[in-house]
Amino acid sequence: MLTALDKKILQEIADLHGDPPGAFNIRKNSQGVERRSMPGVEVAPKKDKPGIDIIVEKNKEGTVHIPVLLTDTGQSDLVYNNIEIGEGANILLVAGCGIHNPGSGTAQHDGVHEIFVRRGARLRYTEKHYGEGEGTGKRVLNPQTVIVVEEGAYAELELVQIRGVDDTVRTTEATIKGDGHLLIYERLLTDTQQTARSDVVVTLEGDGSAARIVSRSVAKGSSNQVFRPRLIAYSKGRGHVECDSIIMDSATIRSIPEIWAENSEAELVHEAAIGKIAGEQMIKLMCLGLTEEEAEESIISGFLK
Amino acid sequence: MLILENMNLVLEEERKRIQILDNIDLQFEWGKMYALTGPNGSGKSSVARVIMGIMKPTKGRVILDGEDITSLGITERAEKGIGYAFQHPARFKGLRVVDLLEIAMKLSEKAECQCLRQIGLCPDQYLERELDNSLSGGEIKRIEIATLLAQDPKVRLFDEPEAGIDLWSFEQLVDILGSSHTSDSITIIISHQEKILEMVDEIIVMEGGKITMKGSREDIWPQIQESARCICRQTCSKEGEIYADCPR
Ligand SMILES: Nc1ncnc2c1ncn2[C@@H]1O[C@H](COP(=O)(O)OP(=O)(O)OP(=O)(O)O)[C@@H](O)[C@H]1O
Ligand SMILES: [Mg+2]
Repeated sequence: MLTALDKKILQEIADLHGDPPGAFNIRKNSQGVERRSMPGVEVAPKKDKPGIDIIVEKNKEGTVHIPVLLTDTGQSDLVYNNIEIGEGANILLVAGCGIHNPGSGTAQHDGVHEIFVRRGARLRYTEKHYGEGEGTGKRVLNPQTVIVVEEGAYAELELVQIRGVDDTVRTTEATIKGDGHLLIYERLLTDTQQTARSDVVVTLEGDGSAARIVSRSVAKGSSNQVFRPRLIAYSKGRGHVECDSIIMDSATIRSIPEIWAENSEAELVHEAAIGKIAGEQMIKLMCLGLTEEEAEESIISGFLK
Repeated sequence: MLILENMNLVLEEERKRIQILDNIDLQFEWGKMYALTGPNGSGKSSVARVIMGIMKPTKGRVILDGEDITSLGITERAEKGIGYAFQHPARFKGLRVVDLLEIAMKLSEKAECQCLRQIGLCPDQYLERELDNSLSGGEIKRIEIATLLAQDPKVRLFDEPEAGIDLWSFEQLVDILGSSHTSDSITIIISHQEKILEMVDEIIVMEGGKITMKGSREDIWPQIQESARCICRQTCSKEGEIYADCPR
């Protein structure tokens, strides 16, 4: 059922060669095409709207792959996924969307993920976005993630968009309860006329909660990026926001981190930097025999790793 | 042979003209080790930058084995076998020590672990470290030296390799600088360290962008000790005071 093109895209976004291990759901051009549940890890289609429910039972360990493929032009796919990681479970969830737009129409995927990481559970969530295709049509991705990290739970979100997506608006909303930890790693590269906007709001609700947002981006060509990470503490929580961007050519970047404390025990820090590739870095790599282009490539790919 | 011929480097800055190198003539022979020394700001690193192609001389030529390489860029000079360990190494967010060593080894057949060990860094501890501000000054300096050892160029420029290196690693540094030098290489070490000046075949002394002394270690070393004393006294003395034991 999956074509060679599908397989190539799956490899890009989910590092998949062949069938995924564990539970999975593959969605292609607005249809679920393949699905598998595992004992204690249920993957079921929603009855009332497009999307799936993933329910992980208490103390279960495993992986879940839920990639989305768009290979037709003019597709607009809207999907709602609910994910429930039971108490004490330990899960790797690989999401992500790959678009191959062959025509002149816009191919768009808007994914809404609602995730609960219950008490003491661990979730590693990775979401890679990738676009390609010979057509002139736009490739648009608007992911929306709402996550609740309960008492003593830990969640790590790795959000990566490195190539080929024309427009993206990413919204991430997180609430962290007592002793819960959240880590968000964001990596973004835009080129040509592409635009990207990322809004993150993390609320530290319980004492002992902690969050770290690390966002690294590179803007090339005449692309445009806007970052708005916000960290709000209503409790004795700790939070750190770090936005670091390399700007090139005639790109524009706005970085607007906000920290907001409603509790005198909160500790919040933000750092933001935008700059060119340092000349001394280029020179060093050229002294090792790299050309200017190779040096630039090495610095950027290291920075976004 | 590597020749710097009538080398001048002048920087023009808003109505100011700064002569950084002033008629430098130098010849470096294969198989020999050289030390380049002199007070801060005398132009030592500038000589290295001109050899590496990082700065273009205003006048003069750089000749490597008869070929004029003055117009070549940095990359081409690296390909010709010139390498430079910086006085102040660059830091990189995201690149790891192993990434830098792998880039360096594109032009050689050295082993990355070996190069770290030679400079007293345990590979298990350092290969995966990011080359960012989390590395200490001495660590980044030693990684810079390891990188040059990994690159293994024929013309080796070390810019104050001893700076920031602790007492315990210093002996090891001197050893590796000496033992990695071969009859096919030219090693030029910019240094203020007696132990390093004692190791080389020839010493070159710079002051104010000029070469003030050059020759065999045996000839130059006693003169340096003398002149260092005079320079110190001149800078410390009040205007007009003259020291009788100063030769100039
Ligand atoms: N871009 C520049 N603009 C102005 N002056 C410069 C510039 N680059 C170098 N210089 C000056 O040129 C002189 C020589 O610099 P260089 O770095 O070669 O000195 P050095 O001998 O290596 O000194 P040190 O022992 O402190 O490393 C110094 O006086 C320095 O201030
Ligand atoms: Mg110097």
